[in-house]
Amino acid sequence: MSAFLDIQNFSCGYSGGFKIQDISLSLPEGAFAGIIGPNGSGKTTFFRGVSGSLPLLSGRMMLDGSDLSKLSFREKAKKIAVVSQFAELADMTVEDYVLMGRLPYRKHFQFFDRKEDVEMAHHYMHLTNTYRFKDKSITELSGGEQQMAGIAAALSQQPRLLLLDEPTAHLDITHQLRFMNLIQRLNELKLTVMMIVHDLSLAAEYCDFLMMMKEGKTFCQGEPEKVLTYENIERVYDTVVVVKINPVSGKPVVFPVSERRLRGNS
Amino acid sequence: MGRKKLKWISCVLLLLAVLVGVAALSLGIGEISIPFFDIPRLFSEKESTEYAVLAYIRLPRTLLGFAVGGSLSLAGAMLQGIYRNPLVEPYTLGISGGASLGVTFAIVGGLHLLHAFFLPLAGFIGAFASIFLVYTLSLRRDTLNVNRMLLIGVMVSFISSSLMMFLMSITSSDSLHYIVLWTMGSLTESDNAMVLATTALSLVCLAASYFFVMPLNALRLGEEKARYLGFNANVVIRILFVITSLLTGACIAVVGVIGFVGLVIPHIVRLWVGSDYRILLLTSFLSGSSFLILCDLLARTIIAPNELPIGVITGIIGGVMFVVLLSRSGRKTSKN
Repeated sequence: MSAFLDIQNFSCGYSGGFKIQDISLSLPEGAFAGIIGPNGSGKTTFFRGVSGSLPLLSGRMMLDGSDLSKLSFREKAKKIAVVSQFAELADMTVEDYVLMGRLPYRKHFQFFDRKEDVEMAHHYMHLTNTYRFKDKSITELSGGEQQMAGIAAALSQQPRLLLLDEPTAHLDITHQLRFMNLIQRLNELKLTVMMIVHDLSLAAEYCDFLMMMKEGKTFCQGEPEKVLTYENIERVYDTVVVVKINPVSGKPVVFPVSERRLRGNS
Repeated sequence: MGRKKLKWISCVLLLLAVLVGVAALSLGIGEISIPFFDIPRLFSEKESTEYAVLAYIRLPRTLLGFAVGGSLSLAGAMLQGIYRNPLVEPYTLGISGGASLGVTFAIVGGLHLLHAFFLPLAGFIGAFASIFLVYTLSLRRDTLNVNRMLLIGVMVSFISSSLMMFLMSITSSDSLHYIVLWTMGSLTESDNAMVLATTALSLVCLAASYFFVMPLNALRLGEEKARYLGFNANVVIRILFVITSLLTGACIAVVGVIGFVGLVIPHIVRLWVGSDYRILLLTSFLSGSSFLILCDLLARTIIAPNELPIGVITGIIGGVMFVVLLSRSGRKTSKN
């Protein structure tokens, strides 16, 4: 039985520049995978390769039995949706923005939006609690609300795989957890999610699988308990941390330690 | 949804009405004034002086204003979509400069004596070469740098005009005379076939542009996002470059350089109907048509019986607007 998302010996990169190499990753349907690693370790490049924004240099990517590198942009847009770190926002209403997610399903000579498309957009706007901003401009929303609208647009694509590039980076803890809880609920409905996370404790709490990257390669991967050990973190991030267990969830939590404290202890 | 449809339809109807009104003014006003309601009747009186004035002078001129104004405005709207910046248009990106250089080359080489259609062809080649040059030079690490692009556009214009000067200084006085007359920019065109061809081309390009309204809408969110929404952004952008080059090259070859129409009109239309390209392209075209016909009317009546180059009028209106826009967009970025 092959995995739902099966990536083998994957490498991709920019022409004459940074490359990521030899990444292999298998996920079952409905997995919630976190991609972690320091800045510049190739996490976003990996996403660009999977989503087809960068060409594959070698290796193989299969999603539910179909070869991703052979699909057209349009076919791929029906299977994979991406929510980026820095969403480029145009001055349009939230409704129009979410409706963009229906673009891959438009007929060739379709000029106006179909009723089903509008209904689906509204459904996901209700789910993400953004329906109340329907006629507001997307640029007027706060960072957290914009991310929610971004999720609504991505879900309107009805993807099988959702790629999230550090969507919680600029959110306060309320919005961060609200966002993560929503993703977890979707995940329970069999949507497979891959997410780039910088907050290691957040990753451990929500993800059921982690891939840790260093210098364009996989450093290690597996369950959070296995990946987030202080040895791994110190070797990849080159910094001293303490790892303890969250008493409620039993998942690892990563604590920073200041330099002065380290000097005091020695 | 019904509300949006209604708004769009009423915008288009309003603009069509304005266009008819402006065209009637343009047909009626001049040395011999012709009342609006007489126009249909006069077209059947083929013997009258009025008919001659209408059919051989004012109608071609109005038609050319319609085609060129619409084309330049459409080209501007599409370029602004590709570059996601309200300051770009054929003139500021150096496309007009490239087209002029192409046309000058053709005149110096005597191609216009072989066949009149060589000039638009040369204009297209020049326009396409410069648009491609500006695009590739302003790409850096796969992302577009807008300031870089505007600067490169200005430089391409400079180089083109220097090369034009060079060509003009080494050419025969016959060609020189032709080039000077052409660069002044005017909607006077004696060749009716050329007027019809330009009109046809502008309408064909308008129709063709409507195959790309949804990709243009997706491009509002950036090239990468457009790809994630299922569009091959690189291919779309290249095809749009060909369409804008055709529009700009042909217009410049026929009427000379008319700047800023593509900047002013889409900008105002955007404020009015929004940036959804499904409605923006058509409304920009229609508004551009009315605007240029009106500018031409001004150009030939202000100092009548003499005539101003039409580029003077569009240049003054557009240049001022460009500065206002530039200072406003600068303030916006400094706030972020």
